[in-house]
Amino acid sequence: MHPAFSVIFLTTLIGAGQGLFLALYTGQLYSLANLLPVQRDKFYAVGSLAAIALLIGGLVASVFHLGRPEKAWRAATQWRTSWLSREVIVLPATMALTFLYGLLHYLGWTDPLFVISETLPVDLTLIIGALATLATFLLFLCTAMIYASLRFIKAWYSPLTVANFLFLGVASGFMLAAAFSAYLGNNLVSFYGTWAVVATLLGAITRGFSLYRNTRFRCKVDLKSAIGVHHSDLHQKAQGFMGGSFNTREFFHGKSEGFLLMLRYGFLLMVFVLPVILIVLAYILESTRLPMAAFVIQYFGLLIERYHFFTEAKHPQNLYYQSMA
Amino acid sequence: MTQLALVIDLNVCVGCHACVTSCKEWNTSGWAGPMTDQRAYDEDPTGTFFNRVQTYEAGVFPHTETYHFPKSCLHCEDPPCVPVCPTGASYKREDNGVVLVDYDKCIGCKYCSWACPYGAREMDEKQRVMKKCTLCIDRITDMTLPESQRKPACVLACPTSARLFGDAHDPNSVVSIAIREEGGYALQPEWGTKPANHYLPRRKTRIQIHEDELVRADNPLKKEQLPSLPEGGETLDDVAW
Repeated sequence: MHPAFSVIFLTTLIGAGQGLFLALYTGQLYSLANLLPVQRDKFYAVGSLAAIALLIGGLVASVFHLGRPEKAWRAATQWRTSWLSREVIVLPATMALTFLYGLLHYLGWTDPLFVISETLPVDLTLIIGALATLATFLLFLCTAMIYASLRFIKAWYSPLTVANFLFLGVASGFMLAAAFSAYLGNNLVSFYGTWAVVATLLGAITRGFSLYRNTRFRCKVDLKSAIGVHHSDLHQKAQGFMGGSFNTREFFHGKSEGFLLMLRYGFLLMVFVLPVILIVLAYILESTRLPMAAFVIQYFGLLIERYHFFTEAKHPQNLYYQSMA
Repeated sequence: MTQLALVIDLNVCVGCHACVTSCKEWNTSGWAGPMTDQRAYDEDPTGTFFNRVQTYEAGVFPHTETYHFPKSCLHCEDPPCVPVCPTGASYKREDNGVVLVDYDKCIGCKYCSWACPYGAREMDEKQRVMKKCTLCIDRITDMTLPESQRKPACVLACPTSARLFGDAHDPNSVVSIAIREEGGYALQPEWGTKPANHYLPRRKTRIQIHEDELVRADNPLKKEQLPSLPEGGETLDDVAW
Protein backbone atom coordinates (compact mmCIF):
# COMPACT_ATOMS: atom_id res chain seq x y z
CA MET A 1 0.00 0.00 0.00
CA HIS A 2 1.04 3.56 -0.56
CA PRO A 3 1.79 5.12 2.84
CA ALA A 4 -0.75 7.85 3.60
CA PHE A 5 0.97 10.54 5.64
CA SER A 6 -2.31 11.87 7.00
CA VAL A 7 -3.05 8.45 8.49
CA ILE A 8 0.51 8.01 9.72
CA PHE A 9 0.24 11.27 11.68
CA LEU A 10 -3.31 10.50 12.80
CA THR A 11 -2.48 7.12 14.32
CA THR A 12 0.81 8.16 15.94
CA LEU A 13 -0.49 11.46 17.36
CA ILE A 14 -3.69 10.05 18.84
CA GLY A 15 -1.73 7.01 20.08
CA ALA A 16 0.60 9.30 22.04
CA GLY A 17 -2.35 11.39 23.26
CA GLN A 18 -4.26 8.34 24.44
CA GLY A 19 -1.14 6.95 26.10
CA LEU A 20 -0.49 10.25 27.85
CA PHE A 21 -4.00 10.29 29.28
CA LEU A 22 -3.63 6.70 30.46
CA ALA A 23 -0.34 7.69 32.11
CA LEU A 24 -1.98 10.60 33.96
CA TYR A 25 -4.87 8.48 35.16
CA THR A 26 -2.56 5.64 36.19
CA GLY A 27 -0.55 8.17 38.20
CA GLN A 28 -3.72 9.38 39.90
CA LEU A 29 -4.77 5.81 40.77
CA TYR A 30 -1.33 5.03 42.19
CA SER A 31 -1.35 8.16 44.32
CA LEU A 32 -4.83 7.25 45.51
CA ALA A 33 -3.39 3.97 46.73
CA ASN A 34 -0.56 5.91 48.36
CA LEU A 35 1.98 4.26 46.09
CA LEU A 36 2.99 7.59 44.63
CA PRO A 37 3.12 11.10 46.10
CA VAL A 38 -0.03 13.09 45.31
CA GLN A 39 0.39 15.59 42.50
CA ARG A 40 -1.18 18.98 42.30
CA ASP A 41 -4.32 19.23 40.15
CA LYS A 42 -2.46 21.49 37.74
CA PHE A 43 -0.24 18.57 36.76
CA TYR A 44 -3.26 16.59 35.54
CA ALA A 45 -4.87 19.66 33.96
CA VAL A 46 -1.80 20.59 31.90
CA GLY A 47 -1.14 16.94 31.07
CA SER A 48 -4.71 16.50 29.83
CA LEU A 49 -4.33 19.65 27.76
CA ALA A 50 -1.28 18.13 26.09
CA ALA A 51 -3.21 14.90 25.47
CA ILE A 52 -6.08 16.90 23.93
CA ALA A 53 -3.63 18.81 21.75
CA LEU A 54 -2.24 15.51 20.42
CA LEU A 55 -5.74 14.16 19.77
CA ILE A 56 -6.72 17.35 17.96
CA GLY A 57 -3.49 17.17 15.97
CA GLY A 58 -4.45 13.65 14.90
CA LEU A 59 -7.95 14.78 13.96
CA VAL A 60 -6.56 17.63 11.85
CA ALA A 61 -4.16 15.23 10.13
CA SER A 62 -7.02 12.85 9.34
CA VAL A 63 -8.93 15.60 7.55
CA PHE A 64 -6.21 15.66 4.89
CA HIS A 65 -6.98 12.02 4.15
CA LEU A 66 -10.51 12.81 3.02
CA GLY A 67 -11.52 13.87 -0.43
CA ARG A 68 -14.60 15.64 0.92
CA PRO A 69 -13.90 16.61 4.55
CA GLU A 70 -16.92 18.92 4.69
CA LYS A 71 -19.15 15.85 4.73
CA ALA A 72 -17.10 14.05 7.38
CA TRP A 73 -19.94 14.15 9.93
CA ARG A 74 -21.71 11.54 7.83
CA ALA A 75 -18.96 9.09 8.80
CA ALA A 76 -20.59 8.60 12.20
CA THR A 77 -23.65 6.88 10.71
CA GLN A 78 -22.45 3.34 9.89
CA TRP A 79 -21.12 2.30 13.30
CA ARG A 80 -23.00 -0.98 13.04
CA THR A 81 -20.70 -2.30 10.34
CA SER A 82 -17.70 -0.03 9.87
CA TRP A 83 -14.73 0.25 12.23
CA LEU A 84 -13.85 3.54 10.60
CA SER A 85 -17.26 4.89 11.56
CA ARG A 86 -16.79 3.59 15.11
CA GLU A 87 -13.48 5.43 15.30
CA VAL A 88 -15.17 8.61 14.10
CA ILE A 89 -17.55 8.33 17.08
CA VAL A 90 -15.07 7.21 19.74
CA LEU A 91 -12.39 9.80 18.90
CA PRO A 92 -14.50 12.87 19.80
CA ALA A 93 -15.85 11.00 22.83
CA THR A 94 -12.31 10.37 24.03
CA MET A 95 -11.42 14.00 23.43
CA ALA A 96 -14.47 15.22 25.32
CA LEU A 97 -13.87 12.94 28.31
CA THR A 98 -10.17 13.77 28.44
CA PHE A 99 -11.04 17.46 28.28
CA LEU A 100 -13.58 17.05 31.06
CA TYR A 101 -11.03 15.17 33.15
CA GLY A 102 -8.52 18.00 32.73
CA LEU A 103 -11.15 20.66 33.35
CA LEU A 104 -12.29 19.06 36.61
CA HIS A 105 -8.70 19.00 37.81
CA TYR A 106 -8.21 22.59 36.67
CA LEU A 107 -11.29 23.72 38.54
CA GLY A 108 -10.22 21.69 41.53
CA TRP A 109 -13.51 19.80 41.83
CA THR A 110 -11.82 16.93 43.55
CA ASP A 111 -13.80 16.72 46.79
CA PRO A 112 -14.85 13.11 47.32
CA LEU A 113 -18.46 12.46 46.34
CA PHE A 114 -18.59 9.31 48.41
CA VAL A 115 -16.21 6.90 50.06
CA ILE A 116 -16.10 3.20 49.30
CA SER A 117 -15.31 0.88 52.22
CA GLU A 118 -14.16 3.92 54.22
CA THR A 119 -10.85 3.82 52.36
CA LEU A 120 -11.42 4.81 48.73
CA PRO A 121 -12.64 8.39 48.30
CA VAL A 122 -14.32 8.68 44.91
CA ASP A 123 -14.35 12.12 43.32
CA LEU A 124 -15.64 13.30 39.97
CA THR A 125 -12.22 13.05 38.28
CA LEU A 126 -11.98 9.40 39.20
CA ILE A 127 -15.34 8.61 37.55
CA ILE A 128 -14.74 10.72 34.43
CA GLY A 129 -11.19 9.35 34.25
CA ALA A 130 -12.52 5.79 34.33
CA LEU A 131 -14.91 6.59 31.49
CA ALA A 132 -12.12 8.29 29.54
CA THR A 133 -9.92 5.24 30.08
CA LEU A 134 -12.64 3.04 28.62
CA ALA A 135 -12.99 5.40 25.64
CA THR A 136 -9.22 5.43 25.19
CA PHE A 137 -9.01 1.64 24.99
CA LEU A 138 -12.01 1.55 22.65
CA LEU A 139 -10.27 4.10 20.45
CA PHE A 140 -7.13 1.94 20.29
CA LEU A 141 -9.35 -0.98 19.28
CA CYS A 142 -11.27 0.98 16.64
CA THR A 143 -8.16 2.52 15.10
CA ALA A 144 -6.39 -0.81 14.87
CA MET A 145 -9.44 -2.74 13.68
CA ILE A 146 -9.74 -0.42 10.67
CA TYR A 147 -6.64 -2.26 9.42
CA ALA A 148 -7.03 -5.57 11.20
CA SER A 149 -10.51 -6.15 9.78
CA LEU A 150 -9.45 -6.06 6.12
CA ARG A 151 -9.28 -9.78 5.44
CA PHE A 152 -7.74 -9.32 1.98
CA ILE A 153 -4.68 -7.55 3.36
CA LYS A 154 -3.05 -10.40 5.20
CA ALA A 155 -0.23 -8.34 6.69
CA TRP A 156 -2.82 -6.39 8.69
CA TYR A 157 -5.43 -9.08 9.20
CA SER A 158 -4.18 -10.21 12.60
CA PRO A 159 -4.73 -9.51 16.32
CA LEU A 160 -1.08 -8.44 16.34
CA THR A 161 -2.14 -5.21 14.62
CA VAL A 162 -4.37 -4.34 17.58
CA ALA A 163 -1.63 -5.26 20.06
CA ASN A 164 0.90 -3.12 18.19
CA PHE A 165 -1.31 -0.04 18.08
CA LEU A 166 -2.10 -0.46 21.78
CA PHE A 167 1.40 -1.09 23.11
CA LEU A 168 3.14 1.44 20.88
CA GLY A 169 0.55 4.13 21.67
CA VAL A 170 0.81 3.45 25.41
CA ALA A 171 4.60 3.39 25.19
CA SER A 172 4.84 6.78 23.51
CA GLY A 173 2.26 8.26 25.89
CA PHE A 174 4.09 7.08 29.00
CA MET A 175 7.34 8.22 27.43
CA LEU A 176 5.78 11.66 27.01
CA ALA A 177 4.52 11.58 30.60
CA ALA A 178 8.07 10.79 31.74
CA ALA A 179 9.39 13.69 29.65
CA PHE A 180 6.67 15.97 31.05
CA SER A 181 7.51 14.96 34.61
CA ALA A 182 11.20 15.46 33.93
CA TYR A 183 10.44 18.92 32.55
CA LEU A 184 8.44 19.80 35.65
CA GLY A 185 11.09 18.21 37.81
CA ASN A 186 8.62 16.12 39.82
CA ASN A 187 9.33 12.67 41.15
CA LEU A 188 7.25 10.62 38.71
CA VAL A 189 9.95 10.27 36.04
CA SER A 190 11.08 6.81 37.04
CA PHE A 191 7.48 5.61 37.53
CA TYR A 192 6.41 6.72 34.05
CA GLY A 193 9.77 5.73 32.60
CA THR A 194 9.43 2.20 33.97
CA TRP A 195 5.96 1.73 32.50
CA ALA A 196 7.09 3.29 29.21
CA VAL A 197 9.89 0.72 29.03
CA VAL A 198 7.47 -2.11 29.88
CA ALA A 199 5.05 -1.01 27.14
CA THR A 200 7.92 -0.55 24.69
CA LEU A 201 9.19 -4.06 25.37
CA LEU A 202 5.69 -5.54 25.01
CA GLY A 203 5.39 -3.61 21.74
CA ALA A 204 8.76 -4.96 20.65
CA ILE A 205 7.49 -8.50 21.13
CA THR A 206 4.22 -8.03 19.22
CA ARG A 207 5.72 -5.86 16.49
CA GLY A 208 8.58 -8.31 16.17
CA PHE A 209 6.09 -11.14 15.67
CA SER A 210 4.14 -9.19 13.08
CA LEU A 211 7.33 -8.30 11.17
CA TYR A 212 8.35 -11.96 11.24
CA ARG A 213 4.87 -13.04 10.15
CA ASN A 214 4.75 -10.52 7.33
CA THR A 215 7.98 -11.68 5.78
CA ARG A 216 6.87 -15.30 5.60
CA PHE A 217 3.26 -15.66 4.54
CA ARG A 218 2.04 -16.38 1.06
CA CYS A 219 -1.02 -14.68 -0.40
CA LYS A 220 -4.10 -16.85 -0.75
CA VAL A 221 -4.68 -15.80 -4.36
CA ASP A 222 -2.37 -15.59 -7.34
CA LEU A 223 -2.65 -14.36 -10.91
CA LYS A 224 -4.17 -17.67 -12.01
CA SER A 225 -7.08 -17.19 -9.68
CA ALA A 226 -7.21 -13.44 -10.33
CA ILE A 227 -7.94 -13.83 -14.05
CA GLY A 228 -9.01 -17.46 -14.02
CA VAL A 229 -6.44 -18.76 -16.51
CA HIS A 230 -4.74 -21.83 -15.16
CA HIS A 231 -1.42 -21.69 -16.91
CA SER A 232 1.83 -21.97 -14.98
CA ASP A 233 3.49 -19.30 -17.10
CA LEU A 234 1.33 -16.17 -17.16
CA HIS A 235 2.56 -12.65 -17.82
CA GLN A 236 0.83 -9.36 -18.00
CA LYS A 237 1.31 -7.49 -21.27
CA ALA A 238 -0.91 -4.44 -20.76
CA GLN A 239 -2.70 -2.83 -17.83
CA GLY A 240 -5.32 -1.09 -19.90
CA PHE A 241 -3.57 2.27 -19.85
CA MET A 242 -0.16 3.71 -20.62
CA GLY A 243 0.02 6.26 -17.79
CA GLY A 244 -0.93 5.62 -14.17
CA SER A 245 -4.25 5.14 -12.48
CA PHE A 246 -5.68 5.16 -8.98
CA ASN A 247 -4.88 1.45 -8.88
CA THR A 248 -1.18 2.00 -9.49
CA ARG A 249 -0.92 5.02 -7.18
CA GLU A 250 -2.88 3.91 -4.12
CA PHE A 251 -1.69 0.33 -3.72
CA PHE A 252 2.03 0.47 -4.51
CA HIS A 253 4.69 2.07 -2.34
CA GLY A 254 7.28 2.04 -5.11
CA LYS A 255 10.21 1.83 -2.70
CA SER A 256 13.19 -0.46 -3.08
CA GLU A 257 13.85 -3.41 -0.80
CA GLY A 258 17.04 -1.71 0.41
CA PHE A 259 15.18 1.42 1.41
CA LEU A 260 12.58 -0.60 3.29
CA LEU A 261 15.29 -2.58 5.06
CA MET A 262 16.86 0.69 6.14
CA LEU A 263 13.49 1.89 7.44
CA ARG A 264 12.98 -1.40 9.28
CA TYR A 265 16.30 -1.19 11.10
CA GLY A 266 15.74 2.53 11.63
CA PHE A 267 12.42 2.16 13.39
CA LEU A 268 13.49 -0.90 15.38
CA LEU A 269 16.36 1.19 16.71
CA MET A 270 14.39 4.38 17.26
CA VAL A 271 11.22 2.87 18.73
CA PHE A 272 12.57 0.01 20.80
CA VAL A 273 16.29 0.28 21.46
CA LEU A 274 17.26 3.93 21.89
CA PRO A 275 14.33 5.06 24.09
CA VAL A 276 14.87 2.17 26.51
CA ILE A 277 18.59 2.93 26.72
CA LEU A 278 17.88 6.64 27.22
CA ILE A 279 15.33 5.99 29.98
CA VAL A 280 17.75 3.67 31.77
CA LEU A 281 20.51 6.27 31.41
CA ALA A 282 18.16 8.98 32.65
CA TYR A 283 17.46 6.85 35.73
CA ILE A 284 21.17 6.33 36.38
CA LEU A 285 22.27 9.90 35.61
CA GLU A 286 19.11 11.48 37.05
CA SER A 287 18.96 13.53 33.88
CA THR A 288 15.90 15.62 32.96
CA ARG A 289 16.76 15.96 29.31
CA LEU A 290 17.11 12.30 28.39
CA PRO A 291 13.41 11.36 28.90
CA MET A 292 12.48 14.18 26.51
CA ALA A 293 14.99 12.90 23.98
CA ALA A 294 13.57 9.40 24.48
CA PHE A 295 10.05 10.58 23.66
CA VAL A 296 11.09 12.61 20.59
CA ILE A 297 13.22 9.80 19.18
CA GLN A 298 10.50 7.23 19.80
CA TYR A 299 7.84 9.43 18.21
CA PHE A 300 9.90 9.88 15.03
CA GLY A 301 10.60 6.16 15.12
CA LEU A 302 6.85 5.52 15.31
CA LEU A 303 6.31 7.68 12.22
CA ILE A 304 8.74 5.41 10.37
CA GLU A 305 7.11 2.34 11.91
CA ARG A 306 3.68 3.39 10.64
CA TYR A 307 5.15 4.14 7.20
CA HIS A 308 6.63 0.67 7.16
CA PHE A 309 3.30 -0.76 8.34
CA PHE A 310 1.75 0.50 5.09
CA THR A 311 4.55 -0.83 2.90
CA GLU A 312 4.16 -4.28 4.50
CA ALA A 313 0.60 -4.57 3.22
CA LYS A 314 0.31 -6.35 -0.11
CA HIS A 315 -3.07 -5.72 -1.66
CA PRO A 316 -4.46 -8.52 -3.88
CA GLN A 317 -5.52 -5.95 -6.50
CA ASN A 318 -1.80 -5.54 -7.25
CA LEU A 319 -1.98 -8.89 -9.05
CA TYR A 320 -3.67 -7.03 -11.91
CA TYR A 321 -0.89 -4.43 -12.13
CA GLN A 322 2.28 -6.50 -12.29
CA SER A 323 3.92 -5.21 -15.44
CA MET A 324 3.46 -2.93 -18.37
CA ALA A 325 4.93 -3.97 -21.70
CA MET B 1 -34.30 -11.40 -5.95
CA THR B 2 -32.68 -10.04 -9.05
CA GLN B 3 -28.93 -9.90 -9.40
CA LEU B 4 -27.89 -8.16 -12.58
CA ALA B 5 -24.53 -9.30 -13.88
CA LEU B 6 -22.20 -9.27 -16.82
CA VAL B 7 -20.70 -12.38 -18.32
CA ILE B 8 -17.52 -11.73 -20.25
CA ASP B 9 -16.44 -14.29 -22.79
CA LEU B 10 -12.64 -14.44 -22.91
CA ASN B 11 -12.96 -16.82 -25.83
CA VAL B 12 -14.40 -14.04 -27.94
CA CYS B 13 -12.89 -10.80 -26.58
CA VAL B 14 -10.40 -9.35 -29.06
CA GLY B 15 -9.22 -6.52 -26.82
CA CYS B 16 -10.51 -3.66 -28.97
CA HIS B 17 -11.34 -1.39 -25.99
CA ALA B 18 -14.73 -0.48 -27.48
CA CYS B 19 -16.31 -1.28 -24.10
CA VAL B 20 -13.84 1.05 -22.38
CA THR B 21 -14.54 4.02 -24.62
CA SER B 22 -18.29 3.50 -24.80
CA CYS B 23 -18.39 3.18 -20.99
CA LYS B 24 -16.56 6.44 -20.53
CA GLU B 25 -18.61 8.14 -23.24
CA TRP B 26 -21.92 7.16 -21.67
CA ASN B 27 -21.04 7.59 -18.03
CA THR B 28 -19.02 10.79 -18.15
CA SER B 29 -22.11 12.68 -19.28
CA GLY B 30 -24.61 10.59 -17.31
CA TRP B 31 -25.59 10.02 -13.71
CA ALA B 32 -22.12 8.86 -12.69
CA GLY B 33 -20.24 11.64 -14.43
CA PRO B 34 -18.09 13.49 -14.92
CA MET B 35 -15.25 11.00 -15.26
CA THR B 36 -12.43 13.45 -15.37
CA ASP B 37 -9.01 13.12 -16.94
CA GLN B 38 -5.85 14.72 -15.70
CA ARG B 39 -2.97 15.68 -18.00
CA ALA B 40 -4.83 13.99 -20.85
CA TYR B 41 -2.37 15.22 -23.48
CA ASP B 42 0.75 15.38 -21.35
CA GLU B 43 3.48 13.04 -20.32
CA ASP B 44 1.70 11.20 -17.54
CA PRO B 45 -1.98 11.02 -18.46
CA THR B 46 -4.46 9.56 -16.03
CA GLY B 47 -8.18 9.60 -15.43
CA THR B 48 -11.24 7.85 -14.11
CA PHE B 49 -12.39 4.72 -15.87
CA PHE B 50 -14.98 2.17 -14.80
CA ASN B 51 -13.73 -0.48 -17.16
CA ARG B 52 -10.30 -1.39 -18.49
CA VAL B 53 -9.12 -4.08 -20.86
CA GLN B 54 -5.90 -5.70 -19.79
CA THR B 55 -3.84 -8.16 -21.78
CA TYR B 56 -2.12 -11.27 -20.51
CA GLU B 57 -0.04 -13.87 -22.25
CA ALA B 58 0.27 -17.50 -21.27
CA GLY B 59 3.21 -19.64 -22.28
CA VAL B 60 6.43 -18.99 -24.18
CA PHE B 61 6.56 -18.11 -27.87
CA PRO B 62 5.62 -19.81 -30.14
CA HIS B 63 3.29 -21.69 -27.80
CA THR B 64 1.50 -18.64 -26.48
CA GLU B 65 -2.06 -17.69 -25.95
CA THR B 66 -3.12 -14.05 -25.59
CA TYR B 67 -5.94 -13.19 -23.23
CA HIS B 68 -7.71 -9.86 -23.35
CA PHE B 69 -9.23 -9.35 -19.95
CA PRO B 70 -11.90 -6.66 -19.45
CA LYS B 71 -11.92 -5.65 -15.80
CA SER B 72 -14.63 -3.75 -13.97
CA CYS B 73 -16.63 -3.95 -10.75
CA LEU B 74 -17.96 -7.48 -10.32
CA HIS B 75 -21.04 -6.45 -8.30
CA CYS B 76 -20.35 -9.08 -5.64
CA GLU B 77 -23.30 -10.73 -3.96
CA ASP B 78 -21.43 -10.26 -0.67
CA PRO B 79 -19.57 -7.02 -1.43
CA PRO B 80 -16.75 -6.36 1.07
CA CYS B 81 -16.67 -2.68 0.07
CA VAL B 82 -20.17 -1.95 1.39
CA PRO B 83 -20.00 -2.70 5.15
CA VAL B 84 -16.70 -0.84 5.61
CA CYS B 85 -18.09 2.44 4.27
CA PRO B 86 -18.38 4.84 7.24
CA THR B 87 -21.05 7.03 5.67
CA GLY B 88 -23.33 4.51 3.97
CA ALA B 89 -22.44 6.02 0.59
CA SER B 90 -21.51 2.58 -0.70
CA TYR B 91 -24.54 0.38 -1.05
CA LYS B 92 -25.98 -2.57 -2.89
CA ARG B 93 -29.33 -1.95 -4.52
CA GLU B 94 -31.99 -4.22 -3.06
CA ASP B 95 -34.01 -4.53 -6.25
CA ASN B 96 -31.31 -5.48 -8.76
CA GLY B 97 -28.11 -6.16 -6.81
CA VAL B 98 -26.03 -3.41 -8.41
CA VAL B 99 -23.32 -2.01 -6.10
CA LEU B 100 -23.34 1.79 -6.23
CA VAL B 101 -21.82 4.85 -4.59
CA ASP B 102 -23.96 7.77 -3.47
CA TYR B 103 -21.69 10.70 -4.36
CA ASP B 104 -23.62 13.03 -2.08
CA LYS B 105 -22.66 10.90 0.92
CA CYS B 106 -19.15 9.79 -0.08
CA ILE B 107 -16.37 11.60 1.80
CA GLY B 108 -13.57 10.16 -0.32
CA CYS B 109 -11.80 8.26 2.47
CA LYS B 110 -10.80 5.45 0.05
CA TYR B 111 -11.48 2.79 2.68
CA CYS B 112 -13.78 0.90 0.29
CA SER B 113 -10.96 0.66 -2.25
CA TRP B 114 -8.75 -0.91 0.42
CA ALA B 115 -11.49 -3.42 1.13
CA CYS B 116 -12.01 -4.49 -2.50
CA PRO B 117 -9.64 -7.30 -3.54
CA TYR B 118 -10.30 -6.64 -7.23
CA GLY B 119 -9.25 -2.98 -7.35
CA ALA B 120 -12.59 -2.05 -8.85
CA ARG B 121 -12.94 1.36 -7.24
CA GLU B 122 -11.23 4.56 -8.23
CA MET B 123 -10.96 7.96 -6.65
CA ASP B 124 -12.12 10.68 -9.03
CA GLU B 125 -9.49 13.40 -8.73
CA LYS B 126 -11.92 16.16 -9.65
CA GLN B 127 -14.97 15.26 -7.59
CA ARG B 128 -12.87 13.70 -4.79
CA VAL B 129 -15.30 10.80 -4.36
CA MET B 130 -15.04 7.09 -5.10
CA LYS B 131 -16.37 5.92 -8.42
CA LYS B 132 -16.97 2.56 -9.96
CA CYS B 133 -18.93 0.68 -12.59
CA THR B 134 -22.67 1.30 -12.17
CA LEU B 135 -23.72 -1.26 -14.80
CA CYS B 136 -25.07 1.94 -16.46
CA ILE B 137 -27.77 2.13 -13.83
CA ASP B 138 -29.24 5.25 -15.46
CA ARG B 139 -29.66 3.32 -18.68
CA ILE B 140 -30.80 -0.14 -17.58
CA THR B 141 -33.51 1.32 -15.35
CA ASP B 142 -34.70 3.91 -17.89
CA MET B 143 -38.13 2.69 -18.90
CA THR B 144 -38.37 5.26 -21.70
CA LEU B 145 -35.74 3.34 -23.64
CA PRO B 146 -36.80 0.35 -25.75
CA GLU B 147 -35.97 -2.91 -24.02
CA SER B 148 -33.18 -3.76 -26.45
CA GLN B 149 -31.42 -0.53 -25.39
CA ARG B 150 -31.78 -1.17 -21.64
CA LYS B 151 -28.30 -2.66 -21.39
CA PRO B 152 -24.95 -1.29 -20.22
CA ALA B 153 -23.11 0.75 -22.82
CA CYS B 154 -20.22 -1.74 -22.90
CA VAL B 155 -22.56 -4.60 -23.78
CA LEU B 156 -24.14 -2.66 -26.64
CA ALA B 157 -20.75 -1.55 -27.93
CA CYS B 158 -18.99 -4.91 -27.95
CA PRO B 159 -18.46 -5.82 -31.62
CA THR B 160 -17.93 -9.50 -30.92
CA SER B 161 -20.74 -9.92 -28.39
CA ALA B 162 -18.23 -10.96 -25.78
CA ARG B 163 -20.31 -9.27 -23.09
CA LEU B 164 -23.61 -10.70 -21.96
CA PHE B 165 -25.95 -8.96 -19.55
CA GLY B 166 -28.82 -10.33 -17.52
CA ASP B 167 -30.15 -11.58 -14.20
CA ALA B 168 -27.81 -14.14 -12.72
CA HIS B 169 -30.52 -15.35 -10.35
CA ASP B 170 -32.92 -16.24 -13.16
CA PRO B 171 -31.88 -19.74 -14.26
CA ASN B 172 -33.19 -19.13 -17.77
CA SER B 173 -31.47 -15.81 -18.40
CA VAL B 174 -28.77 -15.53 -21.05
CA VAL B 175 -26.10 -15.05 -18.39
CA SER B 176 -27.19 -17.98 -16.24
CA ILE B 177 -27.25 -20.28 -19.25
CA ALA B 178 -23.81 -19.07 -20.33
CA ILE B 179 -22.37 -19.54 -16.84
CA ARG B 180 -23.91 -22.97 -16.52
CA GLU B 181 -23.23 -24.34 -19.98
CA GLU B 182 -20.02 -22.60 -21.02
CA GLY B 183 -18.01 -23.03 -17.83
CA GLY B 184 -18.45 -19.56 -16.34
CA TYR B 185 -16.17 -18.80 -13.40
CA ALA B 186 -15.75 -16.06 -10.78
CA LEU B 187 -12.53 -14.17 -10.08
CA GLN B 188 -10.63 -14.86 -6.84
CA PRO B 189 -13.36 -17.17 -5.54
CA GLU B 190 -11.18 -17.92 -2.46
CA TRP B 191 -12.44 -14.81 -0.68
CA GLY B 192 -16.11 -15.79 -0.74
CA THR B 193 -17.21 -12.42 -2.09
CA LYS B 194 -19.41 -14.22 -4.64
CA PRO B 195 -18.90 -11.93 -7.62
CA ALA B 196 -22.03 -11.62 -9.76
CA ASN B 197 -20.00 -11.04 -12.91
CA HIS B 198 -18.55 -14.17 -14.41
CA TYR B 199 -16.00 -14.91 -17.10
CA LEU B 200 -16.17 -17.59 -19.74
CA PRO B 201 -12.91 -19.42 -20.40
CA ARG B 202 -11.12 -20.10 -23.65
CA ARG B 203 -12.81 -23.03 -25.31
CA LYS B 204 -11.18 -25.23 -27.96
CA THR B 205 -13.33 -27.40 -30.18
CA ARG B 206 -11.40 -30.62 -30.36
CA ILE B 207 -12.57 -34.20 -30.53
CA GLN B 208 -10.77 -37.11 -29.03
CA ILE B 209 -9.93 -39.74 -31.67
CA HIS B 210 -8.28 -42.95 -30.63
CA GLU B 211 -6.21 -45.01 -33.02
CA ASP B 212 -8.58 -47.98 -32.96
CA GLU B 213 -11.48 -45.75 -33.86
CA LEU B 214 -9.94 -45.06 -37.27
CA VAL B 215 -10.09 -48.73 -38.15
CA ARG B 216 -13.21 -50.84 -37.94
CA ALA B 217 -12.05 -53.95 -36.12
CA ASP B 218 -15.30 -55.75 -36.80
CA ASN B 219 -15.57 -54.85 -40.48
CA PRO B 220 -17.28 -57.83 -42.09
CA LEU B 221 -16.16 -56.89 -45.60
CA LYS B 222 -12.60 -56.14 -44.43
CA LYS B 223 -12.69 -53.06 -46.64
CA GLU B 224 -10.03 -51.17 -44.71
CA GLN B 225 -7.97 -54.19 -43.75
CA LEU B 226 -7.36 -55.77 -47.14
CA PRO B 227 -5.64 -59.06 -46.52
CA SER B 228 -2.25 -59.35 -48.09
CA LEU B 229 -2.34 -61.35 -51.27
CA PRO B 230 -1.44 -65.00 -50.91
CA GLU B 231 1.75 -66.06 -52.49
CA GLY B 232 1.28 -66.97 -56.08
CA GLY B 233 -1.40 -64.47 -56.71
CA GLU B 234 -5.14 -64.56 -56.37
CA THR B 235 -7.07 -67.76 -56.81
CA LEU B 236 -10.69 -68.08 -57.78
CA ASP B 237 -11.54 -68.69 -54.10
CA ASP B 238 -10.30 -65.26 -53.15
CA VAL B 239 -12.74 -63.50 -55.37
CA ALA B 240 -16.29 -63.26 -54.33
CA TRP B 241 -18.62 -63.30 -57.28
